[in-house]
Amino acid sequence: MEISTEQARNVMQSPRSPSSQPYLSASVTDPVKLGNGVQAYISYRVITKTNLPEYQGPEKIVIRRYSDFVWLRDRLFEKFKGVFVPPLPEKSAVEKFRFSAEFIEMRRAALDIFVNRIASHPELQHSEDLRTFLQADEETMERFRFQETGIFNKKPADFMQMFRDVQSKVSDAVLGKEKPVEETTPEYEKLKHYIFELENHLAEAQKHAYRLVKRHRELGQSLLDFGKAVKLLGACEGEPTGKLFSDLGTKSELVSIKLQKEAQQVLMNFEEPLKDYVRYVQSIKATITERATAFKQHCELAETTKLKEINLDKLMLTRSDKVGEAEIEYREIKAESEEATIRFERIVKRMNEEIVRFQEQRMEEMGVAFHQFAKGQARLANGIADAWRALLPKLEAASSA
Amino acid sequence: MMGSENDENSLTSKEDMSNLFLHDDPLTRTNVNGSHNLSPPPIIITPADSDPLSTTNPPNSNIEPPPFYADVIFSSFDDNNASDDYYIPHSSDDYIKITVSSPKKEQETERSMLSSGGSYVTYLITTRTNLPEYKGTDFTVRRRFRDVVTLADRLAEAYRGFCIPPRPDKSVVESQVMQRQEFVEQRRVALEKYLCRLGAHPVIRCSDELKIFLQVEGKLPLKMGTDVPGEGGGGGSVVEVAQPVRGGRDLFRVFKELRQTVSNDWGGAKPGVVEEDKEFLERKEKMHDLEKEIINASQQAETLVKAQQDMGETMGELGLAFIKLTKFDNEEAVFNSQRARANDMKNLATAAVKASRFYRELNSQTVKHLDTLHDYLGVMMAVQGAFADRSSALLTLQMLLSEVSSLEGRAEKLEAASAKVFGGDKSRVKKIEELKETIKATEDAKNVAIRDYERIKENNRSEVERLDRERRADFLNMMKGFVVNQVGYAEKMANVWTKVAEETCLYNRDSS
Repeated sequence: MEISTEQARNVMQSPRSPSSQPYLSASVTDPVKLGNGVQAYISYRVITKTNLPEYQGPEKIVIRRYSDFVWLRDRLFEKFKGVFVPPLPEKSAVEKFRFSAEFIEMRRAALDIFVNRIASHPELQHSEDLRTFLQADEETMERFRFQETGIFNKKPADFMQMFRDVQSKVSDAVLGKEKPVEETTPEYEKLKHYIFELENHLAEAQKHAYRLVKRHRELGQSLLDFGKAVKLLGACEGEPTGKLFSDLGTKSELVSIKLQKEAQQVLMNFEEPLKDYVRYVQSIKATITERATAFKQHCELAETTKLKEINLDKLMLTRSDKVGEAEIEYREIKAESEEATIRFERIVKRMNEEIVRFQEQRMEEMGVAFHQFAKGQARLANGIADAWRALLPKLEAASSA
Repeated sequence: MMGSENDENSLTSKEDMSNLFLHDDPLTRTNVNGSHNLSPPPIIITPADSDPLSTTNPPNSNIEPPPFYADVIFSSFDDNNASDDYYIPHSSDDYIKITVSSPKKEQETERSMLSSGGSYVTYLITTRTNLPEYKGTDFTVRRRFRDVVTLADRLAEAYRGFCIPPRPDKSVVESQVMQRQEFVEQRRVALEKYLCRLGAHPVIRCSDELKIFLQVEGKLPLKMGTDVPGEGGGGGSVVEVAQPVRGGRDLFRVFKELRQTVSNDWGGAKPGVVEEDKEFLERKEKMHDLEKEIINASQQAETLVKAQQDMGETMGELGLAFIKLTKFDNEEAVFNSQRARANDMKNLATAAVKASRFYRELNSQTVKHLDTLHDYLGVMMAVQGAFADRSSALLTLQMLLSEVSSLEGRAEKLEAASAKVFGGDKSRVKKIEELKETIKATEDAKNVAIRDYERIKENNRSEVERLDRERRADFLNMMKGFVVNQVGYAEKMANVWTKVAEETCLYNRDSS
């Protein structure tokens, strides 16, 4: 049901481009808390603007919740193997934090990025599941969501697959078969190694970025407390010391506010993108696993096909009456094998394209994050300098008095 | 003052700010009470053996003076005036500079009730001064902590009513711990601070006790403990009061013990003391409030310093993580586009590391300035001591007054009774005579106590006045220093980050 990459149109994102050009853009807005107690959740508005004929009109607004996004991601992951499906923000959060304004906003922003990345991906943007997600009414969406968890019950499937993998590895070892079930081309090895190492580096950078946010907050808090203490001290002193302490305290409190503001900015514009890329790399690792599975299947089926062929030839030579059955089996296996090979090769092709896209996207988005961070720090530092500087004339006047 | 290095006096020009703390900054010096101790104290290279300061040499011979003003070794500061920290310019050129160094382990030689028979640590005390009261300019002695306790006790005796800086704590620990390096180093620093504060006190710096402590080599010739009631004054010589007869001496001991039990707190009247001086009570309460707020501010200052330090550390770690990531992307690059863009990351990383360094430098300076708060905790303790001296002197006086009046009452009764007996009552008359002698002695003691009390009140007053003045100046300096540093380093950081923002401006996506 997918449109092959060769046929994919270059769909544009901006609705302001000439109307002859196809465009698709979506945004996630207006988080609203619904429900009560344990069952409370956040719902979001998803607004789609498009001129694509597959869609129901130039603009559509639907209401979606987090598990709908999860459904979309799972579907895309299943159907577009080899594509680096964009990551979702984490599900669980510390209970009391789950509905704080900051957390809700961060999640909304992350979901917005998620949908936009899909809408701008040359393959994913044509997905039927995406259309369902962007257009179906809430009841239909809910039905889809509940249905699919049955059939595409990913988690048990994952376990089953892992179990089968282990089984086959064990039996291979036991039987002394030395099947090369892993790709070992040098380029692919390099790529895998790169991805795994990249995750470590990004995770470390993210860790320090998160700590830096905390440090901003702690410094802000300490300046607030210091300001208060200094004001109290000023209240005990005569002039001019008393007034100066009071001014010092006020400035300290002001600087504290600037730090708290910047802390939030660093969190949203610097730490979150880093975290997002850690998740992205983890998603790539999942794709690597898919590729390994596909490779294994392709190898095993090719092997099995060969065996069946040999068997068929043998049977044909002996003019056995099992030939007919064997031939059917052989054709079936051969078809499966060819499909498995096609699937594998498609994954390889996709991954090659994806890695290029990913790197460019990463450099671009990281560049934006760095720029924001530097601007924020400069703004903060200038604000702090200005605030303290305002005290100097009075201090100077007092010392020369 | 501040504009002396620049032509323009304007403080608000930005260039001045950035450069301000690059020059010798008089703001970080204190001109009055006390050394502001840096976290890294100066290292004085005065080997104990080849000591050019030995007082066996004539003071003005051609000896190379020891490097008192040696640069602070740990410093990575832009402004390096740490060596001036213990320089206390009082009025014109009077100075006294005291350093404590070269801790050495020594053995107890004589056995006495007081020695543990083990070993102890001595410290080299080096003094340089131009005060005329010290006949000489450079002195070196070795002292142990016990000597410092003695000095402190004698000063407390002799200078009642004065705000005497509190000495470092005795630590009740085992002798092994006593000699462990960190402890010894901590104590060395504390001793130096203490002696410098003594040297900063306008009256105590010229006291006999301090002079003896700093100059007389060998065993410290100050009596340990106190068994003679002292009467100190400007000159500081211990003058013995005319010994009162039996009863009087007992009373003195009682009062001395009472004084020692006056606990160190501001709380209400001591049992028996009737303080009626409203002004004094008000001042005492104010001091109490001030102390409370200084304690609080000092604690918050510590938290602030820690937060600045943490910020610097984490910023540095972030920078390093990005440098590693840059390196990795460059080495493992699968595509050339990565290499080109990796430069942006490197610029950010370098900026973060620079910012980290700035935070660390800012923090060292902040510690220096906010240390003033910590120093004033010691000052408040000294004030407590001074006020306690006054309360106990008043108590002594009041008890003597009541003693006199009760003795006189007894004398009256005896006389009345004796008068009833015709021809006199030999035993009673004798008693009356003895009683009258006691009354006279007690009266004398009372007069001494009055003079004591008045003197102590005056000491209190002048000390509090001096303290208020010095405190105002010190706090002002502290604020200035703190603020100037915050401005300067914030500007430095702004420059660094602005540059990175410009370098990455092609990534500017929004209007903000």
